[in-house]
Amino acid sequence: MVEPPEPGRPIGRRIVLGMLGLGAVGVAFGKHLQDAETAVLKPVTERDPTGLTSLIPAGNTFRFYSITGHEPNRDAADYRLTISGLVDRPTTLSLAHLASLPHTTLVKDFQCVTGWRVPDVTWAGVALPELLNHVGVRNTAKALRFTSFDGAYTESLTLEQARRPDVLVATRMLGAPVTRAHGGPVRLYVAPMYGYKSCKWLGGIEVTDRVVPGFWEENGYDVDAWVGKSNGRSDEPTS
Amino acid sequence: MNRQADILRFTRAERWVHKSIAILLTTCIVTAAILYIGPLSTAIGRRALVEWVHVVAGLALPVPIVIGLVSKMFRHDVRLLNRFTDADWHWLRSRDRRSGFIPVGKFNAGQKLNANFQLGAILVMLLTGSVMRFANHWPIDWRTGATFVHDWLAYAVTIVVIGHVYMAMRDPHALAGMRTGYVPESWALKEHKTWADDANSVGSPSGAGTTRSADRARNAKVEP
Repeated sequence: MVEPPEPGRPIGRRIVLGMLGLGAVGVAFGKHLQDAETAVLKPVTERDPTGLTSLIPAGNTFRFYSITGHEPNRDAADYRLTISGLVDRPTTLSLAHLASLPHTTLVKDFQCVTGWRVPDVTWAGVALPELLNHVGVRNTAKALRFTSFDGAYTESLTLEQARRPDVLVATRMLGAPVTRAHGGPVRLYVAPMYGYKSCKWLGGIEVTDRVVPGFWEENGYDVDAWVGKSNGRSDEPTS
Repeated sequence: MNRQADILRFTRAERWVHKSIAILLTTCIVTAAILYIGPLSTAIGRRALVEWVHVVAGLALPVPIVIGLVSKMFRHDVRLLNRFTDADWHWLRSRDRRSGFIPVGKFNAGQKLNANFQLGAILVMLLTGSVMRFANHWPIDWRTGATFVHDWLAYAVTIVVIGHVYMAMRDPHALAGMRTGYVPESWALKEHKTWADDANSVGSPSGAGTTRSADRARNAKVEP
């Protein structure tokens, strides 16, 4: 049976298709829109005492990522950091032991490869070169492999990168112990590189004779993740 | 109680689709708030569970619409919501659109805009959400763009939902129409005159034309 011709015009369908089109444009060019938005909002978000601007998408706020879909839980008393591989003294450190080593404090931005950036975060912990001196690195060593106690995440640095003074095994962040959501009780902070290098829930450091690409690097991200000079991005350097 | 003057506005299938979408969309909005508003995240925790609920509710959102298409009445609603008539444009432009002087069909232009916006939003949120959830299959710029669209559209959807609920709360008859299926004829004549007139003519394609008493009478005939 043929329906009688319907009155009016199919505006509803145009709305739906129009939104799909706009959505596609937003996905394709959202990075540029977001960069522009962040730049416009910067004067406001930097002087915001209320924290309300963190509710604006792409306002300078941390976003949570976990590749395992859960928040690994290890409290301060149970925490251990294992340092192994090409070192003179393979070591397992408790949080108390880490706390007894000389500490470094940095105030640096955290830049994510997906575009968001949190300015002026206070980080504190043991500088990685300090820790490497503590265990002694052998001559054949070329790189470091980091493993997360989430059981899945891995990261890498060359030995040269790991010896930078702005790479921390961080125990404090934002003026308090690193929270579970931020990768606590201990995480890595690689100041000059994109956030994916700053391995959360740091459980192990293995000194190796070559770079073993980490999780995201196996999924297409650059191994040398300098902010503004990798992953096809042009952000301002963080360090 | 003047039951005789009530006419059928929404069948069980139409109400089921509306209710299912309402529950799933509310779930998406509440879980999104927990995931992205710092103090709420901290107070509630259980992030993995909340994220799972958000993703499942989001993936499920189109399902009631697809199932609803089995219903002839729902398919008819979809057709009505798609078409904007001259009366709709007039209604949108006029200042005293609620006074009842413009004869409106089963849905007014505001309801049509709302329905089409929400359908578009569900689809865009589904696609951008999939890029975010299954992140490693897409270029980084797409992830950034998808997150950007998902975030801003989330705010828009929330505002439109609040507006929709606010309008419904101000009109108990409209609310009852979605809850019980029936509205008073007097209300229908004021708010949806074209539809009400149509409903009163027998054998109309709207499938309405059945007052509650007529409905009962018909059922009584069918029953042995």
